[in-house]
Amino acid sequence: MSLDYSSAEMMTVTAARALENGMTCFVGIGLPSEAANLARLTHAPDVVLIYESGTLQTRPQVLPLSIGDGELAESALTTVAVQEMFRYWLQGGHIDVGFLGTAQIDRYANLNTTLIGDYREPKVRLPGGGGAPEIATNAGEVFITLKHSRRAFVKDVDFVTTLGFGRDGKGRDGVPNIGKGPTRVITDLCVMKPDPETRELVVVSLHPGVSREDVSDATGWEIRFADELEHTPEPSARELEILRELKERTARAHSGQ
Amino acid sequence: MAEFLSLHDAVARFVEDGATVAMEGFTHLIPFAAGHEVIRQGKRDLTLIRMTPDLIYDQLIGAGCARKVIFSWGGNPGVGSLHRLRDAVEQGWPRQIEILEHSHAAMACAFEAGAAGLPLAVLRGYVGSELPSVNDQIRFIDCPFTGERLAAVPSVRPDVTIVHAQKADRAGNVLVEGIVGVQKEAVLAAAKSIVTVEEVVDDLTAEPDYHPNACIIPGWAIAAIAVAEKGALPSYAHGYYPRDNRFYKEWDAIARDRDAFTQWIDENVMNAGGNA
Repeated sequence: MSLDYSSAEMMTVTAARALENGMTCFVGIGLPSEAANLARLTHAPDVVLIYESGTLQTRPQVLPLSIGDGELAESALTTVAVQEMFRYWLQGGHIDVGFLGTAQIDRYANLNTTLIGDYREPKVRLPGGGGAPEIATNAGEVFITLKHSRRAFVKDVDFVTTLGFGRDGKGRDGVPNIGKGPTRVITDLCVMKPDPETRELVVVSLHPGVSREDVSDATGWEIRFADELEHTPEPSARELEILRELKERTARAHSGQ
Repeated sequence: MAEFLSLHDAVARFVEDGATVAMEGFTHLIPFAAGHEVIRQGKRDLTLIRMTPDLIYDQLIGAGCARKVIFSWGGNPGVGSLHRLRDAVEQGWPRQIEILEHSHAAMACAFEAGAAGLPLAVLRGYVGSELPSVNDQIRFIDCPFTGERLAAVPSVRPDVTIVHAQKADRAGNVLVEGIVGVQKEAVLAAAKSIVTVEEVVDDLTAEPDYHPNACIIPGWAIAAIAVAEKGALPSYAHGYYPRDNRFYKEWDAIARDRDAFTQWIDENVMNAGGNA
């Protein structure tokens, strides 16, 4: 029997499944936080969630609106200073996965959260790097999740805020003490992984009801598909129920009720 | 020894036009009351340092207090853009501002280096990022022992740091609890510091919940303390009041529009008689 669910829910559930129980995950705000907490509430109860505000091993009951909501500190094992978080826990090599969102991503999984247009005369000024530049290089690997669109998936980002594999795909080659980088990109249409040779993103799995054309139309370069293209499994009833409850609790909390 | 002053007098005495000012607090304990006092006193040409400019710098920028902003993430957390920051960068309203942007890791390290009295911070950072091409304060050095290429940024040494905290005691010692951000580092990195607090107790070490590893900044390391009840709203003070997430969402519409913003500042800051 097929369940009724949205493409956004499909994305969150698929992103959540990427996290394994027991992993330590440095969590970005927004979609990554939603997915990471869904993982913790379903198949990965012992996933260790860490936010850049210094909250270590946190178990929030509602999703934080900001990276430093009180809920994160109150439900954390401990809370450390921000420089300790970046220096000891991230740079020190204790993070398995960095889970990031982005405004723009290119074919080599470089991320742009700085601006659209030219740096000195931006068309749109975006918030900037935040924790991402070092999360992406100091975590063991990186998962990225964002909604699929031509505006977001561009051939070359306007600005490399955060390294994927560089403008030529070779940005990590020969760099000592650097993580594997992006190992998967999860959208509302598909899952992509970097080609092991060229590092260019390749679609490895299509979500139910999504065609190759749908993905091509929403991607700003000629996207390639894996020879053995898989079908992403549907969300389970339990995953959907827990996700919806989480989002409902969150909406209630954030509206001040 | 910290001097107990009114917020008005503390800002009037320590924040000069043209000063380099850090108002810290990582989402938590953001010193809004002090920021509003800076706006009321019409301070100008400030270099404002903060990892996350947040609404507090959006307001200071929109009110024309800033000449330059040094930051690492300039958004409204979970909501979207800081529209006053964007308007200043994109359109030069109400004046052109200079920006210098870092990553969080680099700025946190720079505050720590400032507290440690060092000229620079070293980190394994900015690898493959294009930020060094637009910020000449990001350089690279070779480790003298291993040869590894590492990023270097100058330490942060503000003329004045302003932070908010839960409690001070009569000796001026300050307790910071919850998400402590870079509060202590920002205070120690600065030439002078103002700490606003929710309340003043007799003796922090005699408080029932005192413990030996509490994050306490000694009174002799602080220039001035001012009581500002609810001084962190719409951000929050752990143990006192929650973050006003609804206001953070409402700010989006207020800040989008120059007139709506100016009206909000007039009503809530300029005419608030030192209580906002």
